[in-house]
Amino acid sequence: MQQLRLTRTRRVALIGLAGALAVSLSACAESKREEGAGGGTGGTMIFGAAGNPKMFDPAFNDEGETFRITRQIYDTLIQNKPGTADLEPSLAEKWESSNEGKTWTFTLKSGVKFSDGTPMDATAVCFNFDRWYNMKGAAAQSQMIYYGDVFEGFAKNEGDASGDPVYKSCEAKDPTTAVLNLNKAKGAFPAAFTLPSFSIESPAALKQYNADQVTQSGDSFTYSEYANKHPVGTGPFKFESWDQAKGEITLVRNDTSPNPAKLDKLIFKVIPDENARKQALKAGDINGYDYPSPADYGLLRNDGEQVLIRPSFNVLYLGINQANNPKLKDVKVRQALAYGINREQFVKSKLAEGSEVATEFVPKVISGYTDDVTKYPYDPEKAKQLLQQAGATDLTLKFYYPTEVSRPYMPNPADTFTAISEDLKKIGVKIEAHAEPWNGGYKDDVQKAGKQDLHLLGWTGDYNDAGNFVGTFFGRKKAEFGFDNAELFSALNAADASPAGDAHAKAYQEVNKKIMDFLPAIPIAYPTPAIVVGPKVKGLVASPLTDERFNTVTVS
Amino acid sequence: MLRFLVRRLLQAIPTLFILSILVFAWLRSLPGGPAAALLGDKATPEKIANLNHVLGLDQPIFVQYFGFLGRAVTGDFGNSLVSTQPVMGEIVTFLPATIELGLSAMIIAVVIGIPAGYLSARYRGGPVDNVVIVLSLIGVAVPVFFLGYMMQDILAAPLGLPSQGRQAAGLDATAITNFAILDGIMTSEWDAVWDAIKHLILPAFALATIPLAVITRITRASVLDVLNEDFIRTANSKGLTQQVVRTRHVLRNGLLPVVTTIGLQTGALLGGAVLTERVFNFRGLGFLLAEGIERRDYPRLQALLLFGAVVYVLVNMLVDISYGIIDPRVRVR
Repeated sequence: MQQLRLTRTRRVALIGLAGALAVSLSACAESKREEGAGGGTGGTMIFGAAGNPKMFDPAFNDEGETFRITRQIYDTLIQNKPGTADLEPSLAEKWESSNEGKTWTFTLKSGVKFSDGTPMDATAVCFNFDRWYNMKGAAAQSQMIYYGDVFEGFAKNEGDASGDPVYKSCEAKDPTTAVLNLNKAKGAFPAAFTLPSFSIESPAALKQYNADQVTQSGDSFTYSEYANKHPVGTGPFKFESWDQAKGEITLVRNDTSPNPAKLDKLIFKVIPDENARKQALKAGDINGYDYPSPADYGLLRNDGEQVLIRPSFNVLYLGINQANNPKLKDVKVRQALAYGINREQFVKSKLAEGSEVATEFVPKVISGYTDDVTKYPYDPEKAKQLLQQAGATDLTLKFYYPTEVSRPYMPNPADTFTAISEDLKKIGVKIEAHAEPWNGGYKDDVQKAGKQDLHLLGWTGDYNDAGNFVGTFFGRKKAEFGFDNAELFSALNAADASPAGDAHAKAYQEVNKKIMDFLPAIPIAYPTPAIVVGPKVKGLVASPLTDERFNTVTVS
Repeated sequence: MLRFLVRRLLQAIPTLFILSILVFAWLRSLPGGPAAALLGDKATPEKIANLNHVLGLDQPIFVQYFGFLGRAVTGDFGNSLVSTQPVMGEIVTFLPATIELGLSAMIIAVVIGIPAGYLSARYRGGPVDNVVIVLSLIGVAVPVFFLGYMMQDILAAPLGLPSQGRQAAGLDATAITNFAILDGIMTSEWDAVWDAIKHLILPAFALATIPLAVITRITRASVLDVLNEDFIRTANSKGLTQQVVRTRHVLRNGLLPVVTTIGLQTGALLGGAVLTERVFNFRGLGFLLAEGIERRDYPRLQALLLFGAVVYVLVNMLVDISYGIIDPRVRVR
């Protein structure tokens, strides 16, 4: 008893010890963090992602936050050259088409292995193609958006994926030669082979973890253990863990990859709030994040961060609905609107650095872009004249624009609406403003019901093919634009079916000219999104397709 | 007491049933819908229609509702459309964060609020009272998200506190219960405990402001009321010490409305947690809810809103019970 009683000095000493313990504990936390943020052999990169991934089987995915991760785990047959939309070899050393685009022969890199040790050869490639084509169940098919789009259907056309499938068969001639046979040529190839949805996955792992077992429970889907816990590819990183509670996805270097990473570890931390991502970067909790607000570029740079501007791969347009307002059927009226908008001024004052005025509906890096189109430079006098000639001087237009949204092609919809409607008012057009929340019916009203005369929308490309832009917009009759132009539709169909190469590019150049004469809508701008990384990050190349690969990155 | 409890539990069943209908109907009345939100930018009307068909969202609403109810009573709330994980699993995973945050906020509010309100009443009209009144007014008036952003921008860096998340990225802490502090203590990972506390400070204070202000004001008003009661005069005239009068008479009687308030504020805390968790990226149920609303995640929203309703009903029951303990007259009634 006596021994336990503390003297005054001992008490003071104990308090001091407790204080020292607290300090050393906090130092412990610090040192652990620092170790995580660099040092070691290749270091760790922590990247702030704007959203949750869905799961890690790219075949069932179609959105950017998941693809950012699967791009590190898997390779595709062909990939985009870093920083461009040009094609370069990946798992396929070379590729060629014959039989007017109906046969594609891929010569594969030899000796490549999946991270589970099984060989990545022609048999594995064909296994993947067969898997996609033979996928069953409405749930699975409704989740394979890109496959459905590009290959136009499945072996069993369950659900709504109608049409004649493009895919016919795949033959493994020898371990390094895979031959893909198609029922018809498709303009999207070869560029579409770069889509993360067409990543080559390990057949052994797909089978072992029941990858095809996508079941529907109530109004939702359940994915396989493969998709949630065991994705296996040939990419620079291997999947390690997905911590739902922390919102962290951890990848580690895959030493057997043909493009091994320099980093030891790559962690994606989900931080949905843009301001929180900025704070986390400032505090050194993360080494980079995506989609900084253009208003912050200057501040971020002043803090020593690197704001990397992506070359534009999108387009912002002013939609025109001819069905809703007969006056808009007159091309003179549509031209008047085009001449009446000061796009130069808008791009300069409202969009991020590097953004440009759009002259057509495909960005400059796309093959099929041409400078030789009818242009509509700002000319309010000419606009007024055209309106007069068309007998439309008392034009009142219902102008729809979205709220509660920021897209890479439209950082601030309200600002965009104001700038354009002020210009239109100057040429005598009366504007009725209709603002609607993006997730609250905007797209329904504009694309499905076609309630508008004018509207704001845009598109970010998926792969380097003009059809992915103009075909999506104007390839058929749509409520969004309300016109029926058989000549334009057939030109677009023909261009889509033209074999890859110069002829393909030429066909789309002609289509782009036609579109800019017919003017079904008005292209406004090619905005440039950005990606930001801290001062210690080296080797990250910003991609127009948001196709950043972290294998070249180091963190010092 | 037991009969009282059973009666309250039985009353809760129709309440929850009606709430489930309201939640279900409300979600389905929102424009947009999950298919459009899920398919994102590339959603065409055809793809949306196809997905709606696959998910059964094109069926009559009562067919959908009874399908949902049938699965829900077996505990199957489906999978989140955003994360594709079972919603019940998500609730279990994310609940500890909200409890950790809410409990911290409530402790801050009670520990500061009751003494502040009491002192304010005792020194009524003096400088302490004035300061407390002004601060509590500000506390109620400033929106949580604004306060949160201000704290992140102004306080985080100088104080060396993290401004978002529950744990430093890449910190390899063992998760057992998902209560970060508790897990750290259980595994003796002291750096993880310290890290979790640091991450908790700013969001807990942000979330505490409103309950803190409300508790302060209620305590003040209630203590003032009690001080004017006849029995205090009697106690004083009996010659009891001030200590005894204050603790046994003033505080005990003054706390009755405060306890009710604490209960109600605990329910309201869930609402505040949505904004706080979102601003601080503190991954709890509020964070899940905010993400679910943005993405029109029906299965997740249905489960979370009903879960919230159950909690609210339970908290109210607890308040009634604690009432009975503090004031025996309530039990008799």
